[in-house]
Amino acid sequence: MYWQPDIETLPAKSLQELQLQRLCEVVARVAATVPLYQRKLAEAGVRTDDIRSLADVHRLPFTTNADLRENYPAGLLALPRNEVARLHTSSGTTGKPKALFFSRRDVDQAAELIARCLVMTGCSHGDVLQNMMTYGLFTGALVMHYGAEKAGLMVIPAGPGNSERQLMLMQDFRTTVFHTTPSYALYLADFMEKAGVDARRDLALRKAFIGAEAHSEETRRKIEGAFGIDAYNSYGLSETNGPGVAFECEQKHGMHLWEDNFLLEIIDPATGEPVPDGERGELVLTTLNREAMPLLRNRSRDLTAVIPEPCPCGRTHRRLTRITGRADDMLVVRGVNLYPQQIERVLMGVPELGRNYLIHLRGLDEMTVKVELAPASFDGRAENLLRLEGRVAEKLRAEILVKPRVELAAPGTLPVSEGKARRVIDERVL
Amino acid sequence: MKPVHLLAVFAENKPDQLARVTKELADASVNIHWVGIADMQRFGVIRFLLDKCDLAYQWLKQHGFTVSLVEVLAAEVEDRPGSLHRVASLLSENGISLNNCSGFVFKNRAIVILEVTELARARQILLAQDIPLLSEEELLSL
Repeated sequence: MYWQPDIETLPAKSLQELQLQRLCEVVARVAATVPLYQRKLAEAGVRTDDIRSLADVHRLPFTTNADLRENYPAGLLALPRNEVARLHTSSGTTGKPKALFFSRRDVDQAAELIARCLVMTGCSHGDVLQNMMTYGLFTGALVMHYGAEKAGLMVIPAGPGNSERQLMLMQDFRTTVFHTTPSYALYLADFMEKAGVDARRDLALRKAFIGAEAHSEETRRKIEGAFGIDAYNSYGLSETNGPGVAFECEQKHGMHLWEDNFLLEIIDPATGEPVPDGERGELVLTTLNREAMPLLRNRSRDLTAVIPEPCPCGRTHRRLTRITGRADDMLVVRGVNLYPQQIERVLMGVPELGRNYLIHLRGLDEMTVKVELAPASFDGRAENLLRLEGRVAEKLRAEILVKPRVELAAPGTLPVSEGKARRVIDERVL
Repeated sequence: MKPVHLLAVFAENKPDQLARVTKELADASVNIHWVGIADMQRFGVIRFLLDKCDLAYQWLKQHGFTVSLVEVLAAEVEDRPGSLHRVASLLSENGISLNNCSGFVFKNRAIVILEVTELARARQILLAQDIPLLSEEELLSL
C-alpha cells in the first residue's frame, strides 16, 4: 500500500531529474535570501548556475550545528517572518537551541511525508495512534500528529510519561499503534509486566513507531516481544523535518529516505569526502522541498550506510541502515573507538539482563557498565549473579575490545528518561 | 511434608537496602525467623526464613523488589563437636558442593541450613544416613 504511489515508486532516473531541478531551485533561493549561504557560496566559489548535475552537490558548502546555533534565532530564515506558520527548536546540550521554522506548506509537506511512512507500515484509516512523544518545541510529537491525522488515523496526543495513564488510554480507546522512544517503550513494557497486563491478551496493539534515539536490532526485538507487535524504525532530524525523513516499510529492513524531499549523501565524517554506497559514514542531507528554512548539505552527525539494493516493497527511494551512532557519540576508551550502541547490542542479546543500562566512565579510562537484571532470571543465588557479570564482561570485551567492569543493578533502579535516555556518563579526568 | 524455602531478595550495595526490605515485611506482618546476607561487594542477596513465605514473595514482588524462592535443606544434627563435619564430609564424598551453609543452635537443637544445587540427591544421601531433615512447618515451629 502506498500513500503517493507515483512518487514513491518513481523510477530512479525520473527521481534524479526531480532532485536536480529542486536542488537548483533551492540553491538559487538560499543564495537570494540567506546571508549565511551567500557568504558560504562565495567562499566556496560556487555560483548558482554552476549546479548542472547532482554530482555538483559536492561543491556546495556544508551546514553544521554551529551554523545553526550561531544564526539563532532567525539567521537561516528564507521567508519573510509573517510567512512562518510554526516554530520548533532542537535542544542543544549547552547554550541556545537551534530555531527551526516551518511555513504553512512545510507543515503540510511534513505531514505528507509522515502519511507516506504510516501507510508504508500498513497503517490506515481506522488505526488509533497513541503519540507518546513530547508535545511542544520538539518536532517529534507534532509532526507525527499532523501526518497521522492526514493519513486518516485517530490520534491520541498522550505525550510522554505517566505510564498508568498510557495504559488506561490503550485499554479504553483500543490503541493499535504507538509512537515513542526505544527507552520509553522498554520502560512501559516493564511497567505493564508489573501491572499484570499482558499486551497480547488485554490490548489491541499491532505496531509501534520507534524513533528519536538510535537503537539496536536487539532492542527492536525486545520491544516487539514485550508487546507482541511489529516495531518500525523511524529516523527523523529536527533540522530537516522532524520524524518522517526515513522510515521502515513492512519489510523492516532499512529505512526508506524520501529522496524527492532530501538529497542524500554519506560522507567520511573526518574528511568530508563521499564514501561508496554500502559503506558507513555520516548522513548529510540537503532539503529539496522546504520553504521556510532550506538547508544545504546539513551534517546530521548520524552514522549510517545506504542499502543499494532495490527493496521488495517496490519503493524506489533508497534505504538507510539503522543509525549505528552519532559522530559525536563516539567514545575513546583506552585508545579504542567505540559506540554506545555496540554495548547496547551485546546487552540486549543476553536474556538474563533487563532493558536499562548505563555506561559510566571514570578516573583514567575506567569503564563500568551497569545493567539491570531481568526479574525472571534471579534465582536467589549470588554466585550465579557473579558468573553472569563475568560472562557479560567477556561478551563486551569480544565486541568492543575493552573489558569493562560489569555491575548488575536491580530492575527498575537505573534511570530511564522518558524522553531521550542518557546512557553515558563521562566523568573521566583526562 | 512441605520443603523449606528461603525468600531471596536481590539487593544493591546501598546502606538502606536491608531497612527497605524489612519495612515491607513488617508492613505485610511477616515474621522473620532467620536472615542471612551473601555479600558480593557490588551487590548482595538477602535470604530470609519467614513464617509466610509465599505472601512475602508476592508482596515484595508487587513492591518492585527482585525476589526468588530458594529451596534448601534443614538438617538437624546432634549438638556436639563433629556434627557439621559429618554432614559436610557426606556431601563432599558424594561430590555435592555447597552453595551456602549456615547453622544455629536453639534450645539444644542444632540446625544446619544447606543450599545445594543437587537438592534431591543431597536429600537422599542425608536421609540414608539417618540425618533428619525438617519440614518448613517443623523449622518454623522451633
